[in-house]
Amino acid sequence: MLEIKNLHASIEDKKILKGINLEVNAGEVHAIMGPNGSGKSTLASVIAGKEEFDIKKGTISLDGEDLEELAPEERAHKGIFLSFQYPVEIPGVTVTNFIKTAINESRKARGLEDMPANQMLKLIREKSELLEIDRKFLSRSLNEGFSGGEKKRNEIFQMAMMEPKLAILDETDSGLDIDALRIVANGVNKLRGKDNAIIVITHYQRLLDYIVPDFVHVLHDGKIVKSGTKELALELEEKGYDWIKQEATV
Amino acid sequence: MDLKDKLLSSFLAFENSVDLENPVHDLRSEAIKNFEEKGFPSKKEEAWKYTSLNSLQKVDFSIFPKEESTLEYKDIKKYFLHEIDTYKIVFVDGVYSSYLSETTHDGVDVCLMSSAFSKPMFRQVIDVYFNKVASKDESLTTLNTAFCKEGAYIYIPKNKMPKKPIQILHLATGNEAALMLQPRNLIVAEENAEVQIIERHQSLTENEVFTNSVTEIFAAKDANVDYYKVQNDANTASLVDNTYISQKDNSVVRVHTFSFGGKLIRNNLNFYQNGERIDSTLKGVTILGEKQHVDHHTLVHHAQPNCESHQDYKGIFGEKSTGVFNGKIIVDQIAQKTNAFQQNNNILISDKATINTKPQLEIFADDVKCSHGCTIGQLDEEALFYLRSRGIPKKEATALLMYAFANNVLESVRIPEVKTRINKIIANKLGVRVGFEL
Repeated sequence: MLEIKNLHASIEDKKILKGINLEVNAGEVHAIMGPNGSGKSTLASVIAGKEEFDIKKGTISLDGEDLEELAPEERAHKGIFLSFQYPVEIPGVTVTNFIKTAINESRKARGLEDMPANQMLKLIREKSELLEIDRKFLSRSLNEGFSGGEKKRNEIFQMAMMEPKLAILDETDSGLDIDALRIVANGVNKLRGKDNAIIVITHYQRLLDYIVPDFVHVLHDGKIVKSGTKELALELEEKGYDWIKQEATV
Repeated sequence: MDLKDKLLSSFLAFENSVDLENPVHDLRSEAIKNFEEKGFPSKKEEAWKYTSLNSLQKVDFSIFPKEESTLEYKDIKKYFLHEIDTYKIVFVDGVYSSYLSETTHDGVDVCLMSSAFSKPMFRQVIDVYFNKVASKDESLTTLNTAFCKEGAYIYIPKNKMPKKPIQILHLATGNEAALMLQPRNLIVAEENAEVQIIERHQSLTENEVFTNSVTEIFAAKDANVDYYKVQNDANTASLVDNTYISQKDNSVVRVHTFSFGGKLIRNNLNFYQNGERIDSTLKGVTILGEKQHVDHHTLVHHAQPNCESHQDYKGIFGEKSTGVFNGKIIVDQIAQKTNAFQQNNNILISDKATINTKPQLEIFADDVKCSHGCTIGQLDEEALFYLRSRGIPKKEATALLMYAFANNVLESVRIPEVKTRINKIIANKLGVRVGFEL
């Protein structure tokens, strides 16, 4: 589904990604771990199409189609979803209006009519219940004054509404207490299916107890230096990242 | 002949058309002297540093409107807020149109200044209020006073409220190659009275129009006045709006100014608080493009203790447009426990757009809360990426952020249809379909 080959990306001439290779197939969950500053969030942003980053070399493709020339919204229309590490506060736009606009714009791009209002309401009710989101929450301004946990839950609510083909969760576990973590993980697991794929970016192993990955990759200094199965995450939890760094320099 | 000379010589002809015995004419005579002495303000004056009236003074404006031109309601319906029932005071090329208007004397007076000046039943109100809060030395205000003859007259007696909001609409037909208009409005809300007013100036062609308007608003004890100014005129229409507001104890006056179009707009909005526990609200949304220019000069004079003022102006400037915000707050020594809030936030969406913003605080009391802030920025790129990553195209995402930016100014709009209309104008202005309402 997603194929990344020898990807080099920089921001303002600072090289951040230095040759990433990654293949994610439908039905798989990949975890990307690594120390701070290793390029995890950059990788997520580059896949989603953030324009501040320059792709210097390499390719990213989704289902065989090169993404490089596509705007962030076009990537979203093709089914890419990024759950932000720091969701942006947008005062004046309610959660409901935002999600309605997002869904209908995506439908428009696919040549579909607006989703009928009753169907939209039903979907909103269903997904907000799944994530145990209070109805009052939906009429608040997007992310404004939300706690860290509320922001993350709202991200996964949006994901559940949009049912993406490829979901990238950037540090979704940070700021979550154990109950919220379980709710969020439950929401993510509901999306898992043979036609979807998920990339979980995290610093800690904790989230992977709930969203169990098929593959774990370790990112260091802009490169994937080690790949393995879920046991690798446990090993990292136990030993930290230093041994990886040493291994990488050797 | 430049405009000043033309106006001075026209005054003599003007005197033939009015009742010289009326005490109002003494005010006109004094006012024309002041204008003759001062002339049009120039950029050398601090208050006019960023707004030049030079090019307007070179235009050969017709000073006297001709007879009423006939307009069909269906052709101008869109300029009305027609979704709700309202009283209407409509002027076509400065002349009252009875055909397009709906006035009343049923418990409240919603009619014309020309009637108020000439009929004895209004004499007392004119004596007490007319030209009492308007400046007697600001040159454009005195120019208007000199030529005052027509406009909206609204008088709400004690404990009364009109059955519906009132619209004041000034239309220019373009029958004149260039037309100068000087409407003069008087609005009085007596004790515990309430009124909602929507005002709009609209030129129907590309012919040049220059409006120099003066509005006086009096809010007595416990009165409540809402005034909405919709400025979305043609690119050949210029407006200087001088609004003077006098408030007594416990009164609430809110003025919302929506500036979306026109060639040059200057809003001089002046609040004078003459009582305690007064609330004054000044809000504005400005969205400009092309070479449009809007200058908001506000003044809030806190002259008594325990009063509040809230100013919130938001501006979005594209292309080669220019904006000015100058917010002056005066707190007299006696005005302890004043709470004065002022905010002016601007977004420049073009490299060639300009905004000059300046708070001006003169505080002579020591126990007050005054806050002010102004910002000038670009659209938040991170927010834009966030919206786009959810599938919202760049243009719509940009519009959504602008809505969000302007939205808290719309929150205090108390007529839902006005809010809807303003949303539509904004959507139209930004060229997007808006599938939601804020």
